[in-house]
Amino acid sequence: MAKSKKAEKKLEIPKEKLLHMHKLMCDIRNFDEKVNYMVKRGQVPGMTHFSVGEEAANVGAIAALSDGDLITSNHRGHGQTIAMEIDLNEMMAEIMGKATGTCKGKGGSMHIADLDKGNLGANGIVGGGMGMAIGAALTQQMKKTGKIVMCCFGDGAVNEGTFHETMNMASVWKLPVIFYSINNFYGISTPISSVINIDYNYQRACAYGVPGHFIEDGNDLIAVYEKFQELVKYVRDGNGPVLVESLTYRWHGHSTSDPGKYRTKAEVDEWKKKDPIVAYKNYLVGNNLATEEELDEIDRKSMEAVENSVKFAMESPEPTLESAFEDIFAD
Amino acid sequence: MENETKVMSVRDAIIMAMSEEMRRDENVFLMGEDVGIFGGDFGTSVGMLQEFGKERIRDTPISENAISGCAIGAAMTGLRPIVDVTFMDFIVYMMDNIVNQAAKTRYMFGGKGQVPVVFRCAAGSGVGAAAQHSQSLEAWFTHIPGLKVVAPGTPADVKGILKSAIRDNNTVIFLEYKAQFNMKGEVPLDPEFTIPLGKAELKREGKDVTVVTYGRMLERVLQAADEVREAEGVSVEVVDLRTLMPLDKEAILNSVKKTGRVLLVNDAHKTGGFIGEIAAMIAESDAFDFLDGRILRLAAEDVPVPYNAKLEAAMLPNVERIKKYILKLVNKR
Repeated sequence: MAKSKKAEKKLEIPKEKLLHMHKLMCDIRNFDEKVNYMVKRGQVPGMTHFSVGEEAANVGAIAALSDGDLITSNHRGHGQTIAMEIDLNEMMAEIMGKATGTCKGKGGSMHIADLDKGNLGANGIVGGGMGMAIGAALTQQMKKTGKIVMCCFGDGAVNEGTFHETMNMASVWKLPVIFYSINNFYGISTPISSVINIDYNYQRACAYGVPGHFIEDGNDLIAVYEKFQELVKYVRDGNGPVLVESLTYRWHGHSTSDPGKYRTKAEVDEWKKKDPIVAYKNYLVGNNLATEEELDEIDRKSMEAVENSVKFAMESPEPTLESAFEDIFAD
Repeated sequence: MENETKVMSVRDAIIMAMSEEMRRDENVFLMGEDVGIFGGDFGTSVGMLQEFGKERIRDTPISENAISGCAIGAAMTGLRPIVDVTFMDFIVYMMDNIVNQAAKTRYMFGGKGQVPVVFRCAAGSGVGAAAQHSQSLEAWFTHIPGLKVVAPGTPADVKGILKSAIRDNNTVIFLEYKAQFNMKGEVPLDPEFTIPLGKAELKREGKDVTVVTYGRMLERVLQAADEVREAEGVSVEVVDLRTLMPLDKEAILNSVKKTGRVLLVNDAHKTGGFIGEIAAMIAESDAFDFLDGRILRLAAEDVPVPYNAKLEAAMLPNVERIKKYILKLVNKR
């Protein structure tokens, strides 16, 4: 249904942007598949969570933001982090625990932040970014910057108390923040349907007096992007927060230690058929917005960048032992 | 103005410190439950709404989690929030944001970003508020690397330390004692008067016994020290920590080396309390070799704070008990 609708749409997205969004999705896919490959060979020292399968839900949302806008991310933060244009070399080095990493090897996959680009960080605590997001939004409001904040979390985070408190506070203070629930159907092994007694998380919006929005096909990049363009404008215009939810799926386990007993191979395979990158390529080529060769070349370059990031990370030094005792306090 | 002082209460010293800093820096603001028209649960923001307006004297929903998270996010993006936690007991609802977010953010991010928030906590018993409104929970925070913890015990120190806490680029847990909001003392009026964090002060110099304390117990320790000096001729040195983290170890150890006897006093529960950490620190140091007796602790008993005023008082160190312990150390009793 979404496909025929898309084909009819008159697009006003510049080609450069269309191709760039493809690049970012490729970066996420290639980066995470590469990390997964290295994890399996014992080449990555710590815990990681992959965004493979969720590329469109991440890139489509963040592509609607402007320079100076901010995000908070969650433990499954690779997708958002890459969509926020992080340096892949530094990100890979961080995951390898190297001194050249984004966080000098002290944060790892779950704490990659890129403050200069407005990424207030992935977060190891479910719901941990929500308070930060409304605080960052309060700064934008009080300083009248015109910037907004996107608070990204999974489906399970809506059952944390902080969701209730921050949604309410953002609403009564009309803070410029988009609460974005990326619903991949499972909190580790627990189906979201077994822990909420409504159909979807976005339906909770009415309890806070804010609009709730739903993106049924979170693997449709254009659908995600267009919805977020609308929401970004609404929030930037000073109307207060929104809650939006997209449906997508993670191809891999919750983390690298998840054997995936809670879902069938058939279910995973079914979702792999809805590959967001393939769907986007088909859309671009089918509507003569790009050629297959162009898109494959972008993918190839992305792969090359990821390989280069591995090389950079491998060749980078380990942090000095002294560095464990640095950066605890600001001057 | 530079050297002028005025006698004022701890409450007024808090209001003065915050107001001066808000005039000095437009990024400083106060948020919390009932800080606006109500003037704070303990009257610690009376009059500030009128001067600074409701944007900067910001009433919040009863949502400690959102309040603390919001303050941290605002701090990470350039503001300098002061949070009126009101009763310190309620900080338990803020623990994730303070312990997992504020304390670790800069470290986890490899030295990028900072979280300059002051959490002002009305600590301690003494007002008949019972077990959920009377705790001094500083030890939970001194245990977490990345947090600063302060507990001044005089109106002047309250002003100077609070101003430094607001100017500090880190998260500071600030203890103020609900039993002492009306305690009066000389307070410098200079808007540039500050007291550096991490510096203890010798409130009394002495040669026979060292008493290390902070916060609410300072008043009782000073009275006990003066009384034993008067009555028994025992010379007590009182080390007022003012800041627990970072700890002024040097001031403690120098005094212990000088007197050879040490008593540690606080109003938090004894087991797992911060003075236990000080005892261990002394025992591990070269000051241990100077000791002529055991290291003694006087703290609140390990029971929840009872409501009845007599029971409430009984669980806390008082002047008599502090004197008794001092005399025990010098073998006078």
